[in-house]
Amino acid sequence: MSIAIKRPRLRLKGGTSLWIGGGLVATAIMAAVLAPWIALTDPVMDANLMNAEIPPGLEYPFGTDAQGRDIYSRIVYGARISLSVGIISQICNSLIGVTLGLTAGYWGGWWDDLVSGLTNLMLAIPSLVFALAIMAILGPGLVSLVIALGLTSWSYSCRIARAQVLSLKSQGYVQAARILGYGDLRIMFTQILPNILGPLIVIATLGMGGAILSEAALSFLGLGIRPPFPSWGSMLSEARDQITTAPWLSVFPGLAIFFTVLGLNLLGDGLRDILDPQSTTRRA
Amino acid sequence: MAEPLLSLDDLAVHFKIGNMLGGGIKTLKAVDGVTLDVKPGECLGLVGESGCGKSTLALAIMGLLPPTRGTIGVDGQEISGNKAPDRMKMARTVQMVFQDPYASLNPRQTVRRTLADPLRLHGVTDKAEVEARVADMMARVGLRPEQADRYPHEFSGGQRQRIGIARALILKPKLVLCDEPVSALDVSIRAQIINLLLELKDELGLSYIMISHDLGVVEHVSDRVAVMYLGRIVEQGGWQEIFENPRHPYTRALIAAIPDPFHRAAISAKAKARGEIASALNPPPGCHFHPRCPLKADICVSQDPVLAAVAEGHRAACHFRDRVS
Amino acid sequence: MTVPLLKVDNLRIALAGDGATYNAVENVSFEIGRGEAFGLVGESGCGKSITALAVMGLLRRPLSLGGGRIALDGEEIQDASPAEMRRLRGKRIAMIFQEPMTALNPLSPVGKQIAEMFVLHEGMGWNEAMDRAEEALRQVRVPSPERRIKDYPHQLSGGMRQRVMIAIALACGPDLLVADEPTTALDVTVQAEIIDLMAELCAAKGTAILMISHDLGLVANMCKRVAVMYAGRIVESQAAEAIFATPSHPYTRGLVDSLPRLGERSKRGRQRLREISGVVPSIAAYPAGCRFNPRCPSVTDVCREMVPEATPLPAEGLVRCHHHG
Repeated sequence: MSIAIKRPRLRLKGGTSLWIGGGLVATAIMAAVLAPWIALTDPVMDANLMNAEIPPGLEYPFGTDAQGRDIYSRIVYGARISLSVGIISQICNSLIGVTLGLTAGYWGGWWDDLVSGLTNLMLAIPSLVFALAIMAILGPGLVSLVIALGLTSWSYSCRIARAQVLSLKSQGYVQAARILGYGDLRIMFTQILPNILGPLIVIATLGMGGAILSEAALSFLGLGIRPPFPSWGSMLSEARDQITTAPWLSVFPGLAIFFTVLGLNLLGDGLRDILDPQSTTRRA
Repeated sequence: MAEPLLSLDDLAVHFKIGNMLGGGIKTLKAVDGVTLDVKPGECLGLVGESGCGKSTLALAIMGLLPPTRGTIGVDGQEISGNKAPDRMKMARTVQMVFQDPYASLNPRQTVRRTLADPLRLHGVTDKAEVEARVADMMARVGLRPEQADRYPHEFSGGQRQRIGIARALILKPKLVLCDEPVSALDVSIRAQIINLLLELKDELGLSYIMISHDLGVVEHVSDRVAVMYLGRIVEQGGWQEIFENPRHPYTRALIAAIPDPFHRAAISAKAKARGEIASALNPPPGCHFHPRCPLKADICVSQDPVLAAVAEGHRAACHFRDRVS
Repeated sequence: MTVPLLKVDNLRIALAGDGATYNAVENVSFEIGRGEAFGLVGESGCGKSITALAVMGLLRRPLSLGGGRIALDGEEIQDASPAEMRRLRGKRIAMIFQEPMTALNPLSPVGKQIAEMFVLHEGMGWNEAMDRAEEALRQVRVPSPERRIKDYPHQLSGGMRQRVMIAIALACGPDLLVADEPTTALDVTVQAEIIDLMAELCAAKGTAILMISHDLGLVANMCKRVAVMYAGRIVESQAAEAIFATPSHPYTRGLVDSLPRLGERSKRGRQRLREISGVVPSIAAYPAGCRFNPRCPSVTDVCREMVPEATPLPAEGLVRCHHHG
């Protein structure tokens, strides 16, 4: 016998991480969207060697870099690149992972063996190394960055999707759908997918943080966004030589990465709490 | 005599269990040579305990598991190991009511969608007609029209089972397989659902296969009864024959196991089965029931009993079928 | 007058929910004599299981003891410390659960788990305790106990596991065995055996039984007296025979009438089952007055306003209904 205690769907107290994370992510997205209006100068064109390496102050809140460009403006514009790389590549990962995981779990058999093998292979190769290899072939640039990151870390979504499908496949309503004559694809999309969306969104949110970090790492290594266009990773890369003389060059892009990734991770954790089927009492 | 709606001929469903490395492959004979038929308008009760193969049999009848041997004939359509069923046609002929009303409804679909989607899938395109059929079906199972846009979690167990029944009937099937339709419900709700099923059967001229371990329910609803043990049918016949004149010791054991507060002393200890049900992976030789049987003799170990007639329409698979207890 | 073995008096169990506290159980009183089998019957959510947990001192948040007295052999135990309760459990009160797999330690052989009871509660050495464990397995009729003693729980069937649970529970000859749906997860023929075994062993050892179940027939068959719970209150308690012959509360009457009983159909033909209308109320929405009133066929205004008092029945029983007599 069990006693049903209805849990309210959204509760501020239990969802602190959701709200902090959501706030941080929202701030980053606002910065990216509103960049042309909130930036003080043009991030690329307004170079002025007269203003080089000015420490943070009233005129330049985050200081200036070696070419005299305003760091604050570059971070605001950099958010556009870092976030779009993170979001687009994670959407690619989710699409690949969910498609493979859903079909593998549902159909089973040789297809499942193949997908599971591929997933394990992907998990065994560090995804950053794999992305490096792809970048080396495609050459640096925004598009190749998105492709490289979007093809290399789908294994998590795939595993989660497959495991969830396996547990839902034998549920009565999935069997009922088969008995009613639903086709496999219809069952996957109308019966299974809506019920496993929660954990997949959580994984996607966490994956976005990972993608932003990978973008930073690749740009830092000189394989990502090429100067003079600002991404947080490329800014860090350029600031490498001045880390002792002008630490603000690395501190502010570093903090931007830190807070955005932290925000995404907190948001992911918070979403898990409200979307996880186990956390809401279903049965009386 | 009317043509049977469903006929199983020597149906077997076997599974391969294990792999080459871990101790070799074993064959699980979940259903092993079942011959049965259901006539239009008839209710067949299917009785058995865990491991007897009734769930596998149900899935095979629904066309979800291919037969290893034998054939399934559903309203003129024949299914066998190398002949898959036409799922759309099957869907309009056979439907199923599930045991667990919590797991058998999609938590993200309203009642309306649960009922309307199958209609659209099966070619009912007229919006008004879909609406009318959904409303009619909801009324038949005792749901109010304003409940159509609610989600399953807003309903109690009994109401969910009503939705499950409505879904099974929305395509106007001829045969409905009810898999323990009341055993997951509160005791005080069961009578409502049993009455509903019986009323719908008469109103819509349905045939039922009623799978249950509750003999009281089976006796109440069935016209004929089949008793399964470890993949085989051990006895089948008219309900009155089975309950008043059971010929297989397993059937007698099942009846003796029902706690009857009115006949406390009447339960004969002799009829009771001993010990545990054997694993279907490794069933005992000869008659599968012999290790638990009070009538066990040498012949039971060495020879499979055949399902032979003891009376008109009453057959039992026991070497001592003529020894009335 | 002799002191009863267990006396539960005016028990109230509080359930802390979102910002409100509910009474999951209230005003529950019953007595169990030495060696007596007493049954507590009700549907899921009626509070029967948590009443058992309260007797065991096992209530955990969000449940807590809200009031009332529980006395074992005249000694009040409702305020006993956790350490004192631990000493009582196993030695004087033992419990078996519906799903033995959750109560057995999966990493320890069953023999050791039985022997542990002797070591813990009787200060025996391990060697002697293992011999006693083998003996205990033999008593619960596990075949070849000398081999089974080394088995892990997952190697045993459901029925065998429940036998092991009984062996553990009865190891130290407790005064009271609390059995919470002990056979619900088992097949009917196995259930019959387990019930016989429990009754027989308890009779031999003089152990009293508090049997919790949703199955009125099963409980009435095994117990001398039965109490029926509905929505957190005892609505009726009577001798087992009487509860079927002369059920006094409308809810009990509804339960007795609503289930198809074996043999009914051959005697009287198929009759529509008597339904109990409506649904079991949830704890947050218990109706005022008599909690059965929204479902009761003979409801009047007084039922909606006043909580019915206990009315004694002729043969040592009571009923809480305004319309009794």
